[in-house]
Amino acid sequence: MDTLYDDASLIRSLIDAENLTKKFGEITAVDGVTFHVNEGEVFSFLGPNGAGKTTTVRMLCCLLSKTSGQARVDGYEIGNELNSLKIRSIIGFLPDNVGLYDELSAYKNLDFYGKLYERTEQQRNESIERFLRLLGLWEKRDLPVGTFSKGMKQKIALARAMVHEPKILFLDEPTANLDPESARTVRDFILKLKKEKKTIFLNTHNLDEAQRICDKIGILKTRLLTVGTPEQLKERFWNHKTIIQLEKVNDLIVNAVKTQTSKEVLIHGNRLTIDVANGEKENPKLIEAIALAGGHIQYVMEQSPSLEDIYVKVVRGNLK
Amino acid sequence: MRLQKAWIIAEKDFAIFRKKKSIIYSVVLFPLFVSISLPVIVQFSRSESGGLPYEALAVVVDAFSFLFITGAVTLPTTIASYSLVGEKVQRSIEPLLATPTTEGEILLGKSIVAFLPPITAIYIGAVIFMVLIDGLTYNTLGYLYFPNWNMGVIMLLLTPLGSILSIELDILISSRVDDVRSAQQLGGLVALPFGGLYVLAQVSILSLETSNLLIIAASLVAIDAILFYISKAVFNREKILTKLN
Repeated sequence: MDTLYDDASLIRSLIDAENLTKKFGEITAVDGVTFHVNEGEVFSFLGPNGAGKTTTVRMLCCLLSKTSGQARVDGYEIGNELNSLKIRSIIGFLPDNVGLYDELSAYKNLDFYGKLYERTEQQRNESIERFLRLLGLWEKRDLPVGTFSKGMKQKIALARAMVHEPKILFLDEPTANLDPESARTVRDFILKLKKEKKTIFLNTHNLDEAQRICDKIGILKTRLLTVGTPEQLKERFWNHKTIIQLEKVNDLIVNAVKTQTSKEVLIHGNRLTIDVANGEKENPKLIEAIALAGGHIQYVMEQSPSLEDIYVKVVRGNLK
Repeated sequence: MRLQKAWIIAEKDFAIFRKKKSIIYSVVLFPLFVSISLPVIVQFSRSESGGLPYEALAVVVDAFSFLFITGAVTLPTTIASYSLVGEKVQRSIEPLLATPTTEGEILLGKSIVAFLPPITAIYIGAVIFMVLIDGLTYNTLGYLYFPNWNMGVIMLLLTPLGSILSIELDILISSRVDDVRSAQQLGGLVALPFGGLYVLAQVSILSLETSNLLIIAASLVAIDAILFYISKAVFNREKILTKLN
C-alpha cells in the first residue's frame, strides 16, 4: 500500500484525488477535480446545489464508480471491489438523508452498524454509550428513532457514522435543514472530533460553518474552482481594504487620499474604504495625507472579507 | 460471501418486522387458513355426500396440497417488498451500502428474512393440514394418506423453490419500483402460473402426480438459477443510488 506524504511537512495525506471525473451519460457531474486531504485535517467542499459535492463523496466512499482520473483513500485506490471493502471499513459516512430505521431504537440502530463493522460487543457498547452521551441522547437510547425530532435523528446518524471509530469521516450536509440549536450541537460535535485530530471531509453550503470548522476549503462547481485554507482564499480572492472613519469627509481629504493610491476609494458618509496592496506600508501614508489635509481620524481598521464574499466572487466568476 | 454479515442484516429486518403486525398476520394467516379450512371442506363434502369416493378424495386432497405452493410464492413478496423497497423509501439503503458489506451479502440477508418466516409458517400449516386430513380420511381410505411422495416433493422441493423464485423476482422488481405497494402487487403476479397449474389440475388437464411435480421442480431449479444471476446483476450499488435521486 502506498502512503502519500506532504513533501513539506511529512504530514500523511489520507485522501488524494487526481483529475477525478464522474459522468452520468452526457452529463458531467464532477469534472477533473484534484485535491489532497491530510491526516487530522477538516476539509470542506463548498458549492451550490448540483455542484458535484455528493457525487465526489460517493465516489470516495466507493458508492459510485469514477469515470476517469484516480483517487486514493488511506492509500487504497478506489475502483476495485477488494479495495472498496477496505475503504468502506475505515470510513464513516453521514449521507445528506439520515436513513435510519424508524422502528428500531437508537441503540439498536447503532448496534446494527457496529456489528456490520465487525466491532466486538464490548467495543459496540462503549462506542454507543460514548457517542450517545456526547450528543445528549443516552437517556433516549431505547426509544424508537421514529419518535425523534429531525435534529435528534441527525445526531443519531452522526453517531452511526462514528460507531466504528473510523479513520476518515465523510459528512454530507450535516446541518442542512436543522434548527439553529440542533445545528450548533452537531457543529460542536464536529469541532470535538476535530480536536481529536479526526480527518473529516465535509460537504456544506453553509459558509459560516465551513469558516468555523474547516482547515481547508475547496469551492466546487462541477470543477474545483479553488482550494486552500480560509486565509489563503482571502489572500487569493480578496483585495485588502482599509476603512478610515473620519469626523468629516471633504474633497480636500479625498483628493489627499487619492494622491497616495491609484486604486479605488469608496466614500460612505464619513467613512473611506480604500483598496490597498499592503496595509502595513500604505496605511501610515494615507493617515499622514489625511492629517495634512486637516482630517480628524476617529479610527482605522482593516476590512476582513467573509467566506461568503469570496464564495460569491469565485462562483460568479465561474459563471462569466 | 460472509454468511455472518448476511445474518446480521436478516436479524435487523426480523427485529423490524416483529413490530409490523400486518406482516406477521399476512404470513401466519394464509397457511393457518389453508391448513384448517381445507380439511373442513373435505369433512363437509363427506357428510353432504355420504363420503367422497377414493379417487375423488385423492384428487381433491392433492389439489389442496398444491395450494401450499401458492402460499410459498406469495408470502415472501410481502416481506421482500418491505425489506428491499422499504430501505429505498426510508433512504436507509445509502448508509447500508456504505458499510463494508457486499451486494451479495445484503441480498442474501434480505433473502433469508423473506424466506424463513413464510416457509416456517407453510411447514407448520402443512403439518396441521396433513394431521387433520389423515384424521378425517382414515376411515374412508383405511390408511394414512399423509405423508406421501407428492407431499414430500411439494414441501421439500416446490415450496422452497417457489419461495426462492418469488424472492428473486422481488429483487428484480425492487430495482425498478420505489413504492412498497406497487412492489407487492407486481410481486403477487408470480402466483399466477402456479394458480394456472392448480386450475389445470382441477379440470383434469394436468395430473399432479409425483413425476409431474418433479418436472415442475426441475423447471423451477432452472428458472431460479437464471433469475439468481439476473437479480444479482440488477442489485448494483450505483444503479440503486442514482435512482434514489
